[in-house]
Amino acid sequence: MNAHQQPTGSAYFIAPETAKAESHTLSVLVANEPGVLARVIGLFSGRGYNIESLTVSETEHEAHLSRITIVTRGTPTVLEQIKAQLERIVPVHRVVDLTVRAHALGQERPIEREVALVKVVGQGDRRAETLRLADAFHAKVVDATVEHFILEITGKSSKIDQFVAIMKPLGLVEVCRTGIAAMNRGPQGM
Amino acid sequence: MTDTNNQTPDNQMPDNQMTGAEIVLKALKDNGVEHIFGYPGGAVLPIYDEIFQQDDIQHILVRHEQGAGHAAEGYARSTGKVGVMLVTSGPGATNAVTPLQDALMDSVPLVCLSGQVPTTLIGSDAFQECDTVGITRPCTKHNWLVKDVNELAGIIHEAFRIAQTGRPGPVVVDIPKDIQFATGTYTPKPEIAQNTSYRPRTQGDINAIQAAVELMASARRPILYTGGGVVNSGPQASRLLRELVELSDFPITSTLMGLGAYPASGKNWLGMLGMHGSYEANMAMHDCDVMVCIGARFDDRITGRLNAFSPNSRKVHIDIDPSSINKNVHVDIPILGDVGSVLEDMVRLWRALPKKPAKAQTEEWWSQINRWRARKSFSYKHSNDVIMPQYALQRLFEATRGHDTYITTEVGQHQMWAAQFIEFEEPNRWMTSGGLGTMGYGLPAAIGVQVAHPDALVIDVAGDASIQMCIQEMSCAIQHNLPVKIFILNNQYMGMVRQWQQLLHGNRLSNSYTEAMPDFVKLAEAYGAVGMYCDDPKELDGKIEEMIAVKRPVIFDCRVANLANCFPMIPSGKAHNEMLLPDEATDEAVANAIDAKGRQLV
Repeated sequence: MNAHQQPTGSAYFIAPETAKAESHTLSVLVANEPGVLARVIGLFSGRGYNIESLTVSETEHEAHLSRITIVTRGTPTVLEQIKAQLERIVPVHRVVDLTVRAHALGQERPIEREVALVKVVGQGDRRAETLRLADAFHAKVVDATVEHFILEITGKSSKIDQFVAIMKPLGLVEVCRTGIAAMNRGPQGM
Repeated sequence: MTDTNNQTPDNQMPDNQMTGAEIVLKALKDNGVEHIFGYPGGAVLPIYDEIFQQDDIQHILVRHEQGAGHAAEGYARSTGKVGVMLVTSGPGATNAVTPLQDALMDSVPLVCLSGQVPTTLIGSDAFQECDTVGITRPCTKHNWLVKDVNELAGIIHEAFRIAQTGRPGPVVVDIPKDIQFATGTYTPKPEIAQNTSYRPRTQGDINAIQAAVELMASARRPILYTGGGVVNSGPQASRLLRELVELSDFPITSTLMGLGAYPASGKNWLGMLGMHGSYEANMAMHDCDVMVCIGARFDDRITGRLNAFSPNSRKVHIDIDPSSINKNVHVDIPILGDVGSVLEDMVRLWRALPKKPAKAQTEEWWSQINRWRARKSFSYKHSNDVIMPQYALQRLFEATRGHDTYITTEVGQHQMWAAQFIEFEEPNRWMTSGGLGTMGYGLPAAIGVQVAHPDALVIDVAGDASIQMCIQEMSCAIQHNLPVKIFILNNQYMGMVRQWQQLLHGNRLSNSYTEAMPDFVKLAEAYGAVGMYCDDPKELDGKIEEMIAVKRPVIFDCRVANLANCFPMIPSGKAHNEMLLPDEATDEAVANAIDAKGRQLV
């Protein structure tokens, strides 16, 4: 669906979209069966929606349930449509827009965390500086030789962005990030 | 062995133990299937072997898998039952893609069983292998690859449930050949479905319905805008719709897909709306103050320019699919539920209104509508020398009165003219490819309808270009003795393509003229059907009578005015009140239908 680019509904008159795009985090509870992730991703590519981050993992083994967390960007109408389209997928049990729910609870956003592994190679003073900064960011050393460290860091995406940027001049060679895991604050479950 | 359940003699299997192929046939029977449309091939041979050894289910052999799909669609739409198609792996499955997408867009319940290479060969690029579930994932409501013969029966039962409940749609069950051979347990159709993630809601929210009824009662310029959802919901929904119109005296229009839900002879009928809809329907949609959308989806062919669509109305939308709500047009009162169920509540609540709206409330609106009606937007200039396509359809319609008639169409100008000039009194009588606009739909769909209604008069209104897209199914009609009538409005052009080129592409008729047209009469005879030809308006009635009287398949080559165009028309990107009317559609007006800004984009 590219209606956000074509409010006239005609290829002969394309008018620019005026509504503002927002970033939202969706939690999708799905039956853990073959192809379910492909259905979700195919929906996004097929209808022209964005995926900024995607994580998926089995969360309830007994009930065969997996939880997919998607960060997507769109106008409020498009976001509403994404939720409705996801709910049409047969093995999808529930879709919750965590950002909408956070707003309803009077918060700016849900709790969103990411894990990253960062490999830094260097010698001498740079190693000491790497460890100092890792300490400041509460990153853990999970592997090391005299030449390198692998650091594990958890936090908001912005914190990880910042940490990775700082590590660049100190000999950053590799980064792996999990994408966002998210949940609403408060005692209520999804 | 102490297990008492296994005390059957060695040479006899327990009743519920059978091969995958036997499970397929038993599951089909248990789901009430009487006809399947298909084409054999390597990966479905075990199933075809079972078909050979039974008489309960009749197999209709098509000539191309696309034909099987459209035939199953025609069968489903004319009966309200699920259509079933059976295809082989690889090319069989890829040929099924077009009808699957067609059924998805028009919400037709369709179960497609496809063969697959043996599980051990999947992923090896085996002969006639393709990723059927991958390819059909976006063009089905749901699909399955069966990996265990013990799950086969359960999956087929679930396939039927998903295809026909909620918003109906196509499903695919992909069955590897080794699963068809393997022996497993047949599980009967469950009373209550196991799947918990798919539970469509049919009952509408009563508060929303109450709010809608109150809004309707307050309307001065109301309109009912109905669609295929009314037909899909079943005959009861059409009956309730008629009751609602009777009670409220609201004007009513319908999309292409919903024709017949309200009778064309009804006094509140405004005709079809949309790009080639009637002037009165489109003007009423634009100027109304309360719009009640019942089982339609605000498609772009209906709305015209979205930001000018019915600017001053409050809108009610009844739909079973939550994703249809607010997709293209924002509505004030959404009602999620099955049209039949919601209309039942709506009629009841309307009857219970403490104060019914006075007749005077909508009097002015009706007189405005009657002024629009007087514009006679479907009119055309009759000719005594050449057959006008509109005239041909009027005569065809007159000749079918009193018959048990079903009409299918291909896609293009003839389809729009058929929608304008053939009147439908009942639902399930009109089969056309609306959402996908599939040329080649009409003939196989007519075959499917004729299979379901062997004694009915089934006519495929066709164009000379469209009919050639699935013409091979003539052979199927002959083989199965299905006397479908193919009425070709032959203008030797892809008329709708040409019309757009005239309107929007500077009259450069790029590839829209069909040279080397076959001789349709000889073609009919080559297939063993009856060929007819007419190019004289004076002979038309007699020839049509002759066509209807023949109890064999007929191809009727009706030569019509070559350059006639389909009006009225809302040009692309225009609003409902900017229609191009037939008497205004001079060459100059046609050339200037799109302004300078639009032409720059052409």
